[in-house]
Amino acid sequence: MLSIIRETIVSYAFIERNFNLLKRYLSWEILFFSYSIVNALTIGLIMVGRGSSREVLYLVIGALIWGFLSIMMREVSDAITWERWEGTIEYTFMAPIYRITHLVGSCFFAILYGLLRTGLVLAIMPFFFGEHIDLSNANWLTMIVIVVVSSLSFIGIGLMAAIFPLLSPEKGQAATGIIETMLLLVSGIYYEIEVLPAWLQPISKISPATYTLKSTRAAILDNASIESQLGNLFLLLVIGILLIPLGFLVFHLGEKYAKRVGRLKRSG
Amino acid sequence: MENPLHGLAVRGVTKRFHRTKRTKNKLRVYQKIINFFKREKEIIRAVDDISLEVGIGEIYGILGANGSGKSTLIRLISTLLLPDTGSIHVFGDDVVTHSLKVRRVMNRVSVEASFFKRLSSTENLIYAARLYGIPAPEAKRKAQQILERLGFDADRMDEEMEHLSRGMQQKVAIARALLTTPMLLLLDEPTTGLDPKSKRDVQAFIEDIRQERNAVIVLTTHDMVEAEKLCDKIAIIDNGRFIAEGTVEELIANTPSENGDPATLEDVFIALTGKQIEEEA
Repeated sequence: MLSIIRETIVSYAFIERNFNLLKRYLSWEILFFSYSIVNALTIGLIMVGRGSSREVLYLVIGALIWGFLSIMMREVSDAITWERWEGTIEYTFMAPIYRITHLVGSCFFAILYGLLRTGLVLAIMPFFFGEHIDLSNANWLTMIVIVVVSSLSFIGIGLMAAIFPLLSPEKGQAATGIIETMLLLVSGIYYEIEVLPAWLQPISKISPATYTLKSTRAAILDNASIESQLGNLFLLLVIGILLIPLGFLVFHLGEKYAKRVGRLKRSG
Repeated sequence: MENPLHGLAVRGVTKRFHRTKRTKNKLRVYQKIINFFKREKEIIRAVDDISLEVGIGEIYGILGANGSGKSTLIRLISTLLLPDTGSIHVFGDDVVTHSLKVRRVMNRVSVEASFFKRLSSTENLIYAARLYGIPAPEAKRKAQQILERLGFDADRMDEEMEHLSRGMQQKVAIARALLTTPMLLLLDEPTTGLDPKSKRDVQAFIEDIRQERNAVIVLTTHDMVEAEKLCDKIAIIDNGRFIAEGTVEELIANTPSENGDPATLEDVFIALTGKQIEEEA
């Protein structure tokens, strides 16, 4: 029990460090934040004047949820990339902490950061869309439950993606980007998965983002209750429960490999 | 079971790396493509059957040229690399099977002062201390004490690391290692590239630590004077192998002097390796 408390306190080190870095790179953060707003706006504006308020919201939900989930997935991997670039990874790996503590700390930061950035973008949307967005029918509780449960799967994917920068910071970032793009393609972020070629549709069935998007849209557009989304929630929970331990295992194996072949050092 | 009184015991450790073979000949494009897929590997023995023992309160020096295997050996001890053969014990615990326990009592200063460059010294040190379960106020207080003794201007502790000189960054790196009160301190070329004043500050501090604590210190260096001044025992490493080990006096006594003048540690090094040691700028 004491060990769990100690490790939880230690995991705060990663949250504090990442928020400190965020403060120091504030201009970059403003840039990323502006990008998220512009991205959601440009996608939503495609339908303004062409489709109904429902169709505008359909696209905006896609942009926002994808923004949040991709932060979940990227942040864990980016934390490793950053440590590789700075050369601090050796010191983090030398510290007397369990790897799970290290990664859980990074995941907590990803959740907080994702909520903060997506929340801000969401708050700004009504100023641009005005009457083109109607949120009066939204079931926020259902949406929150879906997003929380979905986060588990994306953290699991992030943990697996984090081995790429662990083995090579340059190629690793690109590899994480490829996974992200594949999920973007198959998960029905801006369209229904039925429009995908038949051979791609089975892949969309195993992407957690597919179920997140379906249920979030049902919650915001159709006031869907939690009970009505239990099927998707169950699937998301199962995928999350499978992906998180798998992510830790993959990372553990990647770390062992990096220590065997000497991939942790930056120079010297 | 290793004797815990041997703060550090390394037995027959070997570490090999596989590297893609490079050709010196100029290749045509199709040959480059064939080579890319063939990827012939060569084996580099970075550390080759090394054994050593360091007692509590001792400073053990490892003297070697660039690429001789010093840093690989330090990484093997510090659990960042897995040995191919042999064993390493820190206070009786195996570094592979009891890695977490070993990491609690050990810290390292490397030639590269690796930090989050945009964070301040204080932020970097608090982050490092938290990983060892040290609360932030205690970390800050201890860091200030260590940095003051190293001649670091305390007013600059909140400045971003990238604005500090290499010497100052290295002092922060030493503070990071000592914050955790390690029983085994691995100093991997801690003074390489430092200006003479910073070098003296760091060397004096290492001597102080030896006197104040019963820590085990392993120091790798290029600097003969530093090795002679600080180390109780010295090993000379070349191509991953220890080619000599002993006190400075023993090493000198085993080397025939030229022109009747007494041999220096540098003479010993050149006689044994056939190489002139170079210090990186």
